[in-house]
Amino acid sequence: MGALTKQPFDVEDYLRLDLFPHFLCPGCGHGIALRALLWAIHELDIDRDRLAFVSGIGCSGRLSAYIDADTFHVTHGRPLAFASGLKLARPEMNVIVITGDGDCLAIGGNHLIHSCRRNLDITCLMLNNEVYGMTGGQGSPTTSLDRYTTTTPLGNHEPAFDACELATAAGAGLVGREVTMQVPSVKDLIKEGISHPGFAFIEIISDCTEIYGRKNDLGSSAEMVLSQKKDILPTYIDVTDVDAVEQPFRPGSWQTGVLSKNERPEYYEAYMDYCRQAGGNSQSRSDDH
Amino acid sequence: MSTRRENLQGNRACALGAIAAGCRFYAGYPITPSSEIAETMALELPKVGGVFVQMEDEIASMGAVVGASMGGVKAMTATSGPGFSLKQENLGYAAGTEVPCVVVNVMRGGPTTGMPTRPAQGDVMQSRWGTHGDHPIIVLTPASVREVFIQTVHAFNLSERYRVPVVVLLDEVIAHLTETVALPGPSKIESVSRKWTSESREDFKPYAISADGIPAMARPGDGYRTHTTGLTHDETGFPTQEPEQVERTMMRLLTKLEKHRDDIEQFETLQTEDAEILIVAFGIVGRAAARAVNDARASGLQAGLLRPITLWPFPEQMLKTIASRVRAVIVPEMNAGQLCLEVERLCPDAVPVIPVNRIDGEPIEPHQIVAAVETAAGTTMQPGTTLTRQA
Repeated sequence: MGALTKQPFDVEDYLRLDLFPHFLCPGCGHGIALRALLWAIHELDIDRDRLAFVSGIGCSGRLSAYIDADTFHVTHGRPLAFASGLKLARPEMNVIVITGDGDCLAIGGNHLIHSCRRNLDITCLMLNNEVYGMTGGQGSPTTSLDRYTTTTPLGNHEPAFDACELATAAGAGLVGREVTMQVPSVKDLIKEGISHPGFAFIEIISDCTEIYGRKNDLGSSAEMVLSQKKDILPTYIDVTDVDAVEQPFRPGSWQTGVLSKNERPEYYEAYMDYCRQAGGNSQSRSDDH
Repeated sequence: MSTRRENLQGNRACALGAIAAGCRFYAGYPITPSSEIAETMALELPKVGGVFVQMEDEIASMGAVVGASMGGVKAMTATSGPGFSLKQENLGYAAGTEVPCVVVNVMRGGPTTGMPTRPAQGDVMQSRWGTHGDHPIIVLTPASVREVFIQTVHAFNLSERYRVPVVVLLDEVIAHLTETVALPGPSKIESVSRKWTSESREDFKPYAISADGIPAMARPGDGYRTHTTGLTHDETGFPTQEPEQVERTMMRLLTKLEKHRDDIEQFETLQTEDAEILIVAFGIVGRAAARAVNDARASGLQAGLLRPITLWPFPEQMLKTIASRVRAVIVPEMNAGQLCLEVERLCPDAVPVIPVNRIDGEPIEPHQIVAAVETAAGTTMQPGTTLTRQA
């Protein structure tokens, strides 16, 4: 892994094109994030038949279906739970979770913090569009203050989670954030996440132009993407400083890049050490066929 | 030696049965009165190369079990009422996507937190209809420690063969009962594994309609690159809302067990050939009922017992056959009356169905069932026992 492949990246090689046209709204950032993910996989030269994608419910959850690999579209908020079982059953697979801010931080919040704590080698991409898009534009745990949604008709009065600080505090092996404006940076961050031997949590700021943008008068999709520029604050923090958590709610600007690294034992490796104490053998868990 | 005698607790027998069946993944969350199953798995699975993981809650446990099984590994979880409620979401996913898995529910007093250390049978209907939507499911109800072992093995075999979640429905008494049992040796244990496809990637359809109604599976990593979704799907596994496709998928899903009912249904009968009064009871109450049959017979009353081991699908034909020649049917159960509704549905109108219920956290005792038999036979009148339907 790691070396550039000889073939240039062609996103179509990685997609189930027979499912096109896709369901995403014009201007949606999720397609940009998906492209960056597939680009990262291409550059890492991962065997496609050792790749499994697990997604939950919502706009983000629908993305797995478009990827030409083993894909699992599971229940709302639970992709990390399914992925944990899959990874423990088949540790040789690269397991990547695609989730959203509602799926991951609201209904799936408990699974996120415990996935961070266990540090099983899964890469979790959380596409944050600050809204429940699939259900028609309700407020989410990351909806910015004062923003309008169908369930915050007078402007959001609730504080928004900073998912990366949450994941860092919960002990994730690697935590990072990028914005869809910087596609090569998104790709590079995902590569770091997949390569990290442990639980990697990556937040991608992905605009919902059609519902959230329209409701809040945030401009065209191009204007929304460009506006990410003024929100970002590239980080140069010492990634060995694991006490980076300052406060749990999102500040006015996004720190991007790798935000924290926690080099500690990966869950499955630690479990195998534990099994060796029990005198266990490493026989195959599934039937040969 | 093909058998081994052991002093064994019901919950432990369940865990050992699972391992004997080839279960190599357990995800769970502690809950009384099921915890010994998790504790036994935590001790035994590492010895056989399996994975035990204690998850953050029952929802995650069930998700991890389905995820592991999707990966090709036989997987199980165990819980009790409150946890069983939480598992219903992903249990439904397993039913809809046809991923084999075994869920043990050790019933305790309910509703809500209820009585964690007291027995009950209040989850008869939840075990059948706990998750939303029409779906297939198999529910097994052993009545002894040995049967817990045997039926847990069988649960895995049915689950693998029919790609369906199987619930092993215990109660606190069976779970915590310790008996000296002779377990079958490894060579005597049948272990069934799911059918893996041998089709090419191009020809493979994950939910193909076939004569036996059970599609072959593709293992992740084998190059089939299939899509699994909780959305209603067609034979390809991708979502559809096309009415004809939806109906095809749903009809296959909902009739696949019916096609194999003869293989799935298990029950035990006791002196039903000449019975005038039939008792229908399962689990620990089935054992009390067996004693009641003997006691009633000693008093000259012709009682018999039908003990469903497969609670769902319920052994309909056997009940219909026996019920057509009896005077009354008695349904003792540790709830306010759940199984009696199914029994009533299947009995002729002329045959009264008499519930005997106990909801105080104590098991039903044989003499209570004998009293109901006496009442039904018209020999004595017991206050508090009512006929639900008069001939």
